[in-house]
Amino acid sequence: MAKQPKSTMSRALVRRETISGYMFLLPSLIFFVGFVIIPMFVCIFNSLTDVNMNTAGMGNFVGLKNFTDLWQDATFKEALWNTFVIVIVSVPTVCAFSLWVSSAIYKLNGKLLSAFRCIFYLPVVTGSVAVTVVWKWMYDNYTGIFNYVLKDGLHIIDKNINWLGDPKYALGCIILILFTTSVGQPIVLYVSALGNVDQSLVEAAQVDGATNLQVFWKIKWPQMMPTTLYILVITTINSFQCFALIQLLTQGGSGTNTVMYYIYYTAFKLTEKAGHFGYANAMGVILAIFIGLLSALQFKLAKEK
Amino acid sequence: MKITSNRSKAYRIFSLIVLILLAVAFTFPLYWIVTGAFKTGQDIYAQTPHLWPTEWTMANFEKLFSRRSAPLFEIGALVGPTVPGVIRWLVNTVFMAVMAMLLTCITAAMAGYALAKKRFVGRTLLFSLIVCAMALPKQVILIPLLREMSALHLWDTLWAVIFPTVGWPFGVFLMKQFAEGIPGEILEAARVDGAGEVRTFATIVLPMVKPGIGALAIFTFINSWNDYFMQLVMLASNANFTISLGISTMQAETSVDLGLLMSGAALAAVPIIIVFLIFQKYFTQGITMGAVKG
Repeated sequence: MAKQPKSTMSRALVRRETISGYMFLLPSLIFFVGFVIIPMFVCIFNSLTDVNMNTAGMGNFVGLKNFTDLWQDATFKEALWNTFVIVIVSVPTVCAFSLWVSSAIYKLNGKLLSAFRCIFYLPVVTGSVAVTVVWKWMYDNYTGIFNYVLKDGLHIIDKNINWLGDPKYALGCIILILFTTSVGQPIVLYVSALGNVDQSLVEAAQVDGATNLQVFWKIKWPQMMPTTLYILVITTINSFQCFALIQLLTQGGSGTNTVMYYIYYTAFKLTEKAGHFGYANAMGVILAIFIGLLSALQFKLAKEK
Repeated sequence: MKITSNRSKAYRIFSLIVLILLAVAFTFPLYWIVTGAFKTGQDIYAQTPHLWPTEWTMANFEKLFSRRSAPLFEIGALVGPTVPGVIRWLVNTVFMAVMAMLLTCITAAMAGYALAKKRFVGRTLLFSLIVCAMALPKQVILIPLLREMSALHLWDTLWAVIFPTVGWPFGVFLMKQFAEGIPGEILEAARVDGAGEVRTFATIVLPMVKPGIGALAIFTFINSWNDYFMQLVMLASNANFTISLGISTMQAETSVDLGLLMSGAALAAVPIIIVFLIFQKYFTQGITMGAVKG
């Protein structure tokens, strides 16, 4: 960034700007470097050591052993697979759903629009603990409203289902909760993107006799591409991070273990590996690599379009 | 022409009906929490769920407030009067969210301005670092963060939750977006008039990025209130719990007492929802401006 427009920036000015720039950055940098950047590097380094809860220092360097161990670990593979299922199911549904909702509400009058926007944001604001506590009750085998509605109300099922205890349903149930807590932000973003679409293009197309659907796909959709991309990335990250739901609902049981939960479990709960920080950090590194690759891929795909 | 307009009218009515059904579905869990908090045990465990409590009771809240008690606050040697544990949890949560909000707003406003308007060495590198860190799931760095906090003797204090929240670079990114809107000429004019860096920042920059600070403040407050994962890992003793953590621990201890859990959940969720509804305009703005474009 030393290359500056030649005319206005003398060397003295660059120096002055640099000093004053860093003065303004300093308070923020203390926190950013101290509590994000340093732990990030420590995490990468620790993933190559056998550090555990009782090691005072950095532990012994073991190379890629943690990673090769992970490769053998059936629980980890299951957790990785479940994480993928969550991402692959929830990302497209969240995107499609929020796109539809936004296009249905963005033309409503101000009061109604913000009411709908609030309602879809509500599950996010409610907080993961309150949300899971109530959903656990709703899914409950005996007193849950789901079983009641499906059995006594609609007669779809003939006996109560143990939603969270049954590996056939548990992951799907968790994805459903995750879905309701994920659409809030995309809807806000899409509503604003739809409002920013160049109206002159839309009108020109309508004069030429384009149908609403054509206007949408040919004119609005390409203009909203950056928003869609951003939504894809944040929803992916969100789905990867799905933790509270698992910890509070199933503790990773009934086939719902995810990488995020397994990291926590390895570091704090698992008896034979308790406090095996190096091993848990190796999982963290793998997770970060996956997210990085997926985000890069999504950016690349969107750029090509 | 007639047919299409009829069709689009029918579609509009159809979509409005679907929207209303969805709205009901999305508000239902909250409704279930709040009504559940006032239901008697009989209603809660009934085979046929009661959509409306047959009898309103305060018993759940009474039980919630009669659990373990704790001092209202402890600042060094200063110890507040003894109150029910949940009140202490609420005090902790408010303290944590307010501190995180204040520190984030101050540091991010300064840093965002520098990133947007100063042409300093290392700016591009720093900015790419910020964008990359934003894509990183916070939980990945959890274990090193935990050890760092215990080395700093901050573990099991609210600061261990507050500091990483302040370090999260989203705020800097958001404030940079807002600060970019400040015209360079105004800053130039201030400098010509002899205003120093601090005065320029306080009298020109701050008033112009005020909407951004509002958005960031409410955003940080709500996120910090609900950041359960960080609280779970960083806090250990009951008196340091936040309301979310308190409720989740209660769930582990008494998973059968649903009425009690609902009253706790209501106490955790309702205050933050009220804050959200009051400031939702700023909040929406923050989300929109914080989106990384392209």
